[in-house]
Amino acid sequence: MKNFSEFLAMGGYAVYVWSAYGLTLVVLGWNALAPGRRERALERQLAARPERRSA
Amino acid sequence: MFERFHQYAAPMHFHRLSRKLSPWLFGISAVLFVAGLVGGLILAPADYQQGESFRIIYVHVPSAWLSMFCYMVMASAGAAGLIWKVKMGDIMARACAPLGASFTFVALATGSLWGKPMWGTWWVWDARLTSELILLFLYLGYIALQSAIEDRRAAARAGAVLAVVGVVNIPIIHYSVEWWSTLHQGATVTKFDKPSIDVSMLIPLLLMALAFQVFFFASLLVRARCEILEFEQHTAWVRDYLRGRHKA
Repeated sequence: MKNFSEFLAMGGYAVYVWSAYGLTLVVLGWNALAPGRRERALERQLAARPERRSA
Repeated sequence: MFERFHQYAAPMHFHRLSRKLSPWLFGISAVLFVAGLVGGLILAPADYQQGESFRIIYVHVPSAWLSMFCYMVMASAGAAGLIWKVKMGDIMARACAPLGASFTFVALATGSLWGKPMWGTWWVWDARLTSELILLFLYLGYIALQSAIEDRRAAARAGAVLAVVGVVNIPIIHYSVEWWSTLHQGATVTKFDKPSIDVSMLIPLLLMALAFQVFFFASLLVRARCEILEFEQHTAWVRDYLRGRHKA
């Protein structure tokens, strides 16, 4: 690797290599964030329920 | 030992433990990702046959391994829920499905992006690719079952049966490159011989595989907490927990 643009070019395979990494990043990012968001929403929703006496 | 297992099998204890563990696991996986990416994208030399395109291996192979590992976790958890009525089994199986589907999708898509420049085609209907596609359908079928059946226990039972039957697909995926002639290259790491890959390429691959694995457990813990809250929403401890969260 001589310089950065050569690194980005990936020996002519840039489109394939970077789309593979980009796609993986999107899916990992979604799996990192979505469950946490769902948890917060669920906790808010359950906490807002009317109190019931029975356990 | 069984006592301890039983303790964490109880959703309340698991929920508490999971809240402590998941941030650490996300952190550890981030460090491993950085190390693996530096090794894989910068330090490892280009492949003598495949040039720079081989670097797709560092996202393709870990997600493919994980797609199968996650399935085994899902099927074992489902079986535990089905046979011994372990509630955490049902919960873990449900939490696995979206993760497994994601990683199967990544394995298929990155494989396709690798196949185009190397084989000249995005897709072939050969044994390895087709059995991995069936794995995706198994996950999607499981998810569809969960949302189609209203009663949680019934949904978990139906899903567990599907997951256990689908286990037959896992050895088919693994051995497909040996049993049938295929465009897909054979195993280079998971075989009894010495791995046929240079150390400078192998170490980043193992780092990435470990990163994916730890990330999987981190994300699984958060998903499992959501499932626990939904399963246990009418219990006293969930009410107490939510009240505590609200005050904080």
